[in-house]
Amino acid sequence: MSKFNKKKSGELPAISTASLPDIVFMLLFFFMVATVMRQNTLMIENKLPYADQIEKLDKKDLVMYIYAGKPSSRYRASAGNQARIQLNDKFAEVGDIKAFILAERAAKREELIPFLTTALKVDGETNMGLVGDIKSELREVQALKINYTTRTGDAVDNLK
Amino acid sequence: MNRRLAPAVNAGSMADIAFLLLIFFLVTTTIQIDSGITKKLPPPVNRENDTFIKKKNLFEVAINQENQLMVEGKVMKLSDLKKVAIAFLDNGAKNCVYCKGSKDSGSSDNPDKAVISLKSSIKTSYATFIAVQNELIAAYTVLRNREAKRLFGKTFIAMEQDLKDVSYLANKANVRQRIRKIRSMYPQKIMEAELNE
Repeated sequence: MSKFNKKKSGELPAISTASLPDIVFMLLFFFMVATVMRQNTLMIENKLPYADQIEKLDKKDLVMYIYAGKPSSRYRASAGNQARIQLNDKFAEVGDIKAFILAERAAKREELIPFLTTALKVDGETNMGLVGDIKSELREVQALKINYTTRTGDAVDNLK
Repeated sequence: MNRRLAPAVNAGSMADIAFLLLIFFLVTTTIQIDSGITKKLPPPVNRENDTFIKKKNLFEVAINQENQLMVEGKVMKLSDLKKVAIAFLDNGAKNCVYCKGSKDSGSSDNPDKAVISLKSSIKTSYATFIAVQNELIAAYTVLRNREAKRLFGKTFIAMEQDLKDVSYLANKANVRQRIRKIRSMYPQKIMEAELNE
């Protein structure tokens, strides 16, 4: 009988998974280093336009973020279809920008205040009217250094 | 008295733990985009038009609500804008030794006098505005690169990178001064305004 039970010699040995944790840890460390924790939960669509004449903002603590765009689908019912401004984790009106900038300034050390930059993260489909309103508010509180945050790419892609 | 060895810990679930952590980080973090077009807004002064710019020194770019581009009264494609802007900035009809333009008396006197006015309608899309803005800055970059290459044998962009590079060993003050010189040769003067219709 043993003749029939003989093990097939052609069977493949099981692949060792001993190095799998190492591979996964490698990926984990890559993501831990290359990414940052989300600061604000975006409540708006934020598809940034493309540009190639860009400068990098390197001092993260000197940047204030203003987001604008159409409310994302979960917030459509409450916030409407029109483009809105988001400051921190809330929808805001144009008039709230001044208070936001002053609050951000108050939280920073005094000698750093002249170096503060406002990054405008505005969705590509937003109308310029809203952006113009944001800019005039920023001018009034003397927050003159701004950065139109963009993705790196060819500017012609914006028109498609 | 038999001293038993500690049994080997089963490491089979290590991969699962690592996966769990990996997925946590994938979900909670973002790769932050922190680069863009840096600009300086004009200070808020309510003065009457006391700065007078001659019409020939003004390069008018307008974008209407349909995202169409009009340059100096003519409809234009975005791809042509850079070339036309370079021709305007580099015209050099008066007091400009380094300009290589056509020295047309109907166009700008010199890069210092030349001002680009970018007007956008309330309904213009932000993407179009950024695209146009990008092309105008590209025109300045081309000219600055050309002059930097001629004077210092290095492009303007490369010099700016040197300035930011931590491992750059040569004198940074020198680089900063050169950048300032090139900037003063082609100062970036782009006015942003809203189109009133």
